[in-house]
Amino acid sequence: MKRIIVLVFMCMSMLSFAQNKNAKANIEVDGVCLMCKKRIEKAAIKSKGVKSAVWNVKTHELKLIFDERKTDLNAIQENIAAVGHDTKLLKAKDDVYNNIDPCCKYRDKEVVDAHEN
Amino acid sequence: MLPCIAIGQDQLQGTILEANDENEPIGLAGANVYWLNTTVGAVTDIDGNFKISYKTDYTKLVVSYVGFTTDTIAISEPKFIKHWLSPVSNLDEVVLKSRKQATSKSYLQAANVLTVSSEELLKAACCNLSESFETNPSIDVNFADAVTGTRQIKMLGLTSPYILIATENIPAIRGASQAYGLSFIPGTWVESIQITKGAGSVVNGFESIAGQINAELQKPMTDARVFVNAYGAANGRYELNTHLNTALNDRWSTGLYLHGNMRDKKFDNNDDGFLDMPLAKQINVMNRWQYTNLEKGIVSFTNIRYLNDNKQTGQTIFNPDTDKLTTNAWGSEIDTRRLEATTKFGYVNPEIPYQSIGAQVAYSNHKQESYFGLNTYNITHNSIYANAIYNSIISDSRHKIKTGISFTYDKYEELVVDSEYERAENSVGAFFEYAFDNVDDLNVTAGIRIDRHNLLGTFITPRLHARYTPWEKSAIRGSIGRGKRSANIFTENQKMFATSRRINVLNSGGKIYGLDPEIAWNYGVSFLQGFNLFDRKADITLDFYRTNFENQIVVDYENPTEVNFYNLNGKSYANSFQAEFNYNVFENLDLRMAYKIYDVKTQYQSGELEKALTPKYRIFANVSYETKVKENGGQWKFDTTYNWISEQRFTNTSSNPIQYQLPEYSPTVATLNAQVTKVFSPKFELYLGAENLTNVKQDNPILASDDPFGANFDTTFVYGPIFGASYYAGLRFRIE
Repeated sequence: MKRIIVLVFMCMSMLSFAQNKNAKANIEVDGVCLMCKKRIEKAAIKSKGVKSAVWNVKTHELKLIFDERKTDLNAIQENIAAVGHDTKLLKAKDDVYNNIDPCCKYRDKEVVDAHEN
Repeated sequence: MLPCIAIGQDQLQGTILEANDENEPIGLAGANVYWLNTTVGAVTDIDGNFKISYKTDYTKLVVSYVGFTTDTIAISEPKFIKHWLSPVSNLDEVVLKSRKQATSKSYLQAANVLTVSSEELLKAACCNLSESFETNPSIDVNFADAVTGTRQIKMLGLTSPYILIATENIPAIRGASQAYGLSFIPGTWVESIQITKGAGSVVNGFESIAGQINAELQKPMTDARVFVNAYGAANGRYELNTHLNTALNDRWSTGLYLHGNMRDKKFDNNDDGFLDMPLAKQINVMNRWQYTNLEKGIVSFTNIRYLNDNKQTGQTIFNPDTDKLTTNAWGSEIDTRRLEATTKFGYVNPEIPYQSIGAQVAYSNHKQESYFGLNTYNITHNSIYANAIYNSIISDSRHKIKTGISFTYDKYEELVVDSEYERAENSVGAFFEYAFDNVDDLNVTAGIRIDRHNLLGTFITPRLHARYTPWEKSAIRGSIGRGKRSANIFTENQKMFATSRRINVLNSGGKIYGLDPEIAWNYGVSFLQGFNLFDRKADITLDFYRTNFENQIVVDYENPTEVNFYNLNGKSYANSFQAEFNYNVFENLDLRMAYKIYDVKTQYQSGELEKALTPKYRIFANVSYETKVKENGGQWKFDTTYNWISEQRFTNTSSNPIQYQLPEYSPTVATLNAQVTKVFSPKFELYLGAENLTNVKQDNPILASDDPFGANFDTTFVYGPIFGASYYAGLRFRIE
């Protein structure tokens, strides 16, 4: 019995070595405004395993804290692309992108310029 | 990509880069670059490059960017510069440069919170916390009595004992400091005020019923290095405030805050033989220590404060040396000494920013020695408060939790006329608050606490706040919560000592002066809608709150020769409705209007009556205008506040002799205040103002002022200003 417990403990500690439950990552997500911020953060935080998501409007950087046992960066980026925002890894599908608010069309140079001020 | 055009002597060029571990040259787009103390500025382009005009007297270039440290670079010649800006951690405060509203309402928080910034506080130039609500319609300010000059605040129709008033989240105005405590916090010490209508959070205790007011004090690290404010009024009041802040190193800062005020001229403009306002002297000293370590995520504050306040009032002929406690002349002196020490500590895990712990401990010793005519009243209150709190999330940052424990100890020793009272209260409590935010249209904050109190028993305090946004720029809020407190009947009702009334406590079974604890439920709904009117920002707020007392200590003035205290037997409630409209009429001109209705009734022994000296209706209007800031920082600011309050019920005086009888209701009162500020530079400004510009006065604020030791003497029938128009002027000087 004792051995089993030791074994289980070893497994658990190995798991926690391999997979951080408070993993941190910064990824680039395209967007222009505060509405985008809300959309991006909402998509990220609704991904299972994501604990904290903060997107910076100016730097386009999304700071993530997530549980590696439950999710990974690919899955999170898929969810973000699914609401219409491009990441370094994944481009949002055109039909999803077309549905976001006109003021958030970050692929459009004119919209981006309008947000500069 | 280096610039290849020739650089003229009137221009400076450079690149702003983002500091990173690898020293890669990543240009920072959109950073602000400007010359210190000028409006000459530029913004970096996509590669971080900028051009800015240059003059030889420009020597300091400021580079700032949201989320990065703000750097000031010394420039001696217009050479190309390359500067790395480093990102700050989440803890650092972001300085907002754009013009923000002086009073703001949140569209996002669950609780109905109003934030009053220091800019709004400057609109009422004088002088302490009790006067800083005059430009705010949510709080009603009135005089407590005709002799002490004390201002009393009300919220949702209930007096300040039902409001939890804290400084930096430590309950501060309570117990012995309830009556005069607001005048012991100088206005310049206050950085901002948060007003929560309704039950409020469970974190700060179980006592709040109508709402919570929290005053954030100036912080040594962010306040001006030197600040001086001098004030003088034609009514003989002088104030002096000095702040001295020093950064000892990059972690430690300390601030010394000195306040003194005095009034040494006697005024009796209404010829009733009594001073219209007391003679006063106050010395108030605070020393703050701030420790900030951003890498480790630690912030800590320690304060020590000492206060000495003296007031003398009564008949103009009164001389305390010969007439104290005699019938030679009616007079009163109130001497208060208070010593306060608080320390707080906060830790945010730099790796996991949503996890933090905080702890605070406060000690105060408050001693008041006073007499009012022949009535002596002394109180000593020793108090200890401790609170520890842990913040984290459940699964993700949409589900936040706060939990912790708290401890309180209060020892009261009182001498009331010729009876002594002594009481010690202590409590241990635990709280848990859960906040849900769906990152969109819904927030819910649900809190519960359980406390074990030696006199109030073991009890649960539940509180719930919710916000829902059905469409753009709107917020519907609801709240419900319970509060419980022991009423300090003597100190909270000190105005009764300045009367000839006999004081009676009619119950004897309870543990607090024979009385039971006060228990009330508060319910509220509120609706906020922002919109554009003629292309300018506007918003409208409607709110309705009801407080329902399960038990209340009824303070009964209905017999003109007695004050009776007893447990509520029947109904007592306060309904309040407020409609507020804010409108930015044109650039730099803001208008705020409010209309309020109160329905406050209590079951007295003589029947259910509307609460005395509480107007049923109030109209409020405030207009503020600022000229554009000039290059040297110069600016004019104008501010006017109008208030109208309806009739107020007088307590029954029908058994008095005919010359000492009052009508059933007071007249209505309308007052106007105005202030002009001339800002010469960010360093120096002058202001000039008028209180009660239309010179509205209550003619005979003191009943039986001709016979102060007779059976009918009473100073509590105050419904309006006692002093007429009053003018003041002052200056503010600061070195950043």
